[in-house]
Amino acid sequence: MNSILRFGRGQGVLIALALLILFGAWRYDNFLGLFNVLTFLRYNSMFALIALGMCFVIMTGGIDLSVGSTAAMSSVIAAYLSPYGLLPGAAAGAAAGLMVGMLNGILITRMDILPFIATLATMLAASGTGLLVAGNQSIGVSYDSGFTAIGQGDFLGFPIPAWIAIVAFLLGSLALNFLAFGRQVLAVGGGEDAARLMGLPVDRVKFMVYSLSGLLSGLAGVQLAAQFGAGQPTEGVGWELFAIASVVVGGTLLTGGVGSVGATLSGVLLLGLVFNILNFENGMGFVSLRAHWQSIVRGAFLLLVVIVQSRLAQKVRARGHAGST
Amino acid sequence: MASLDKADASGPLALRKSAALWLSQYGTLLALVLLIAFNLVFTPNFATWQTLNINLTQVSTIVIVAIGMTLVIGSGGIDLSVGSLMAIAGALAPLLFLNLIVEFPNIWIGVALAFTLPVLLAGLFGLFNGWLITRYKVQPIVATLILFIAGRGIAQSFTNSNQVIFTTPEYQFIGLGRVFGIPVQVIIMAVVVALAAWALRRTIFGKHVLAVGGNEAAARLAGVRVDRIKRQVYAISGICSGIAGLIVIARNSAADSNLVGLGVELDAIAAVAVGGTLLTGGRATIIGTLVGALIIQLVRFTLLANGVPDAAALVVKAGLIIVAVWLQRRVTV
Repeated sequence: MNSILRFGRGQGVLIALALLILFGAWRYDNFLGLFNVLTFLRYNSMFALIALGMCFVIMTGGIDLSVGSTAAMSSVIAAYLSPYGLLPGAAAGAAAGLMVGMLNGILITRMDILPFIATLATMLAASGTGLLVAGNQSIGVSYDSGFTAIGQGDFLGFPIPAWIAIVAFLLGSLALNFLAFGRQVLAVGGGEDAARLMGLPVDRVKFMVYSLSGLLSGLAGVQLAAQFGAGQPTEGVGWELFAIASVVVGGTLLTGGVGSVGATLSGVLLLGLVFNILNFENGMGFVSLRAHWQSIVRGAFLLLVVIVQSRLAQKVRARGHAGST
Repeated sequence: MASLDKADASGPLALRKSAALWLSQYGTLLALVLLIAFNLVFTPNFATWQTLNINLTQVSTIVIVAIGMTLVIGSGGIDLSVGSLMAIAGALAPLLFLNLIVEFPNIWIGVALAFTLPVLLAGLFGLFNGWLITRYKVQPIVATLILFIAGRGIAQSFTNSNQVIFTTPEYQFIGLGRVFGIPVQVIIMAVVVALAAWALRRTIFGKHVLAVGGNEAAARLAGVRVDRIKRQVYAISGICSGIAGLIVIARNSAADSNLVGLGVELDAIAAVAVGGTLLTGGRATIIGTLVGALIIQLVRFTLLANGVPDAAALVVKAGLIIVAVWLQRRVTV
């Protein structure tokens, strides 16, 4: 029964994604054009990185609210170091994110503070630090040092940010499905006490997922700075909730213990496509859908997914009961 | 769950435990008193009517939202949609008192409707949250995330993404008016706090909210109508957000759906956490939330008044939340 449920979860979002793409291709010229596809992937890859980290955190039954402001802070730090070249800038941004993630891990595992509240606090702290470092303004990056390649460059005709996201998702998927770490993540999320009793290093697993989430947020911040040419301390507001929505749309349960890296990617693409399609719709000039429709449609999508998931879960539960009695 | 404290000696341990208990019960109040004392000494012109009014008016909307949040968290849930519901109420109100939908013969009819309909609408959206949570067993954080995302868009659709600017003294009374020198919004805040504190302590509803938050299954077995209680707390949270939204636009003389209530969910949750309400539900204190919100506000004021930049105040706020939650956490150990 569990496999049916998992199929419904995993494939449902893929089917919705395929339908949305078909709709776009049927309705708009240039929707599948190279320019649109590449721009879309370039822009959404930073959200994908954040959602990947969030997916792992949520699979352990936790939550990370600090990702958006961590990305903003990292973008500032990356921008400051961008004159020294691509590597120092990117490494510094990623390291800044990693530090926030590790701090989250320590607060949650050592001080026993609920993930929700611990990451809420680091969200404020990261945002404040970013603003302090940047002096309340955006920090332009250096265009001479090659730093912007990580956001604006191409490799084999494909945007570098998208390459990074693809590699990250491949690694994430491998880790989840083939490494002990992945099993441990799911075990912790499925039942922390049980995992502890089985001798799993629960605290270490948790520390690692929050560190990972911080690191990926840092990388997203580097891409933000490189793509838009500036470290932006006020960006990232609401990214955490967008990431959570992507993970949920992808069918990962917020209670932890179940999840899919691939479905999370589909979730990111699905929510991103809503925006893309609205742009095209406006471009056709029949109607003028203001930007606020994108949030309404995204919310409606989330609502739909949540209700369908709940229905599926109830059905499976009912069948499970019928089978056992 | 709680692991046993690795004890040293029994004597100091007992002392430490009772100290920790005392800190957790009166720590927030003590912190507030210390903050006020600090300001009296170091901040020039602190002990003035004006300083009091500034702080109270700035904190009033956060407190009102945080009161609804306290009930929601007490019942074991969370409400991320409060900021969006504020924006929805704030976007609907001007349409009514500026006669943008229907031409009312008398300004007072529009104003009276502007005070009631938006609050009701926000309450209905809150009920929608509760319905999703009880009917479809959606986790509160996801269920309220839906309106967090969509709500601001809904608010913007009322005004077609435009900011509405107005000067309507009849309406703006709730944001700018005073009664006996006390700002009206502070009076509203006090009424909401008093009502909620009474409801939580003295009514069956209050007991049931905490029962649901403490142990839902047990509450259900004991005959508590769990689903109804949940719908009610989310509706109340919506109503509180609606009231706060009305006050904010009155204060700003403008309804900007992009900004009204932005990030207020985090401020409200922080106030609840610092105030000593158990974030997993089952124990809640309205007065604590009020004190928590006052502490956060006063810390920010203190830092700003002493020349510390706003960004640094954010970092301090983060530390404050961690310390407060950690102190309370030690008692359950």
